[in-house]
Amino acid sequence: MERIPILKMGPFLLVTIQVDMHDRLAQTLQDDLAERVVKDGSRGVLIDISSLEVVDSFIGRMLARIASISRILDAETVVVGMQPAVAITLVELGMSLEGVKTALNVEKGMEILQRSLGVETGGDENAHPEN
Amino acid sequence: MLTRRTETVNIALEEDIVRVRQSTRKLAVECGFSLVDQTKMVTAASELARNTFVFGRGGTATLQVIQDGGRTGLRLTFEDQGPGIADIEQAMSDGYTSGQGLGLGLGGAKRLVNEFEIRSKVGEGTTVVITRWK
Ligand SMILES: Nc1ncnc2c1ncn2[C@@H]1O[C@H](COP(=O)(O)OP(=O)(O)OP(=O)(O)O)[C@@H](O)[C@H]1O
Ligand SMILES: [Mg+2]
Repeated sequence: MERIPILKMGPFLLVTIQVDMHDRLAQTLQDDLAERVVKDGSRGVLIDISSLEVVDSFIGRMLARIASISRILDAETVVVGMQPAVAITLVELGMSLEGVKTALNVEKGMEILQRSLGVETGGDENAHPEN
Repeated sequence: MLTRRTETVNIALEEDIVRVRQSTRKLAVECGFSLVDQTKMVTAASELARNTFVFGRGGTATLQVIQDGGRTGLRLTFEDQGPGIADIEQAMSDGYTSGQGLGLGLGGAKRLVNEFEIRSKVGEGTTVVITRWK
């Protein structure tokens, strides 16, 4: 079956969407990601949509769902690289992608994910001041 | 009004929604639309093609490059012989869905184009026509 590849990068999962996905493919990606977050014990998911020329309500809903599912599974999601024309259109369509973290590019997205790990380590250290 | 070009895409499979997006993009480029206008038209087409597939149980999308006086436009007609819509006003309102959607498709598509027309008869089918001018 046709699938969007999911790459593992340390504690994170990386997905680059390069094709115009039909709805089933988008649904499969959502399910695959949920499974991989658990199986790999991932702490973050980075989704690069810089090649996507259209994000309609279906894909928008999928991105929002991936973010909520991973949050429940204790992983952060960042969507990166949205084209300006896509952002303008999404807002006019009425989709604000609330609850979805976004960043300009992969590098900035990675920073957000790294920081989300860092914050937690910081919390742990505070819990053990003797270290 | 002059029709300079017509393309028809059958909507019978989920993959056909992608084909509608691709054909719309191609014609929007031909019309000389800006990137933002192309994206708006393709997104509206995607929403309406999905409605035709999901609620209308399949149908057709007719894509026309039209000329009216000095201006060029892209007109898309989505037609199905599905169950039709009993209450169009309710269907058009943001947030109303009879399925698993967000209920953004019809209202959103209307906001993304210059002209929007919907006709529907219960038991006969639904036709939605959208136009965007350059
Ligand atoms: N071609 C059609 N035939 C029959 N009913 C339709 C058709 N198109 C839309 N509808 C009805 O109108 C409602 C609203 O459509 P709209 O596209 O706005 O939202 P949706 O498809 O339910 O969700 P979304 O588009 O956000 O995924 C649908 O839930 C459906 O009941
Ligand atoms: Mg819809």
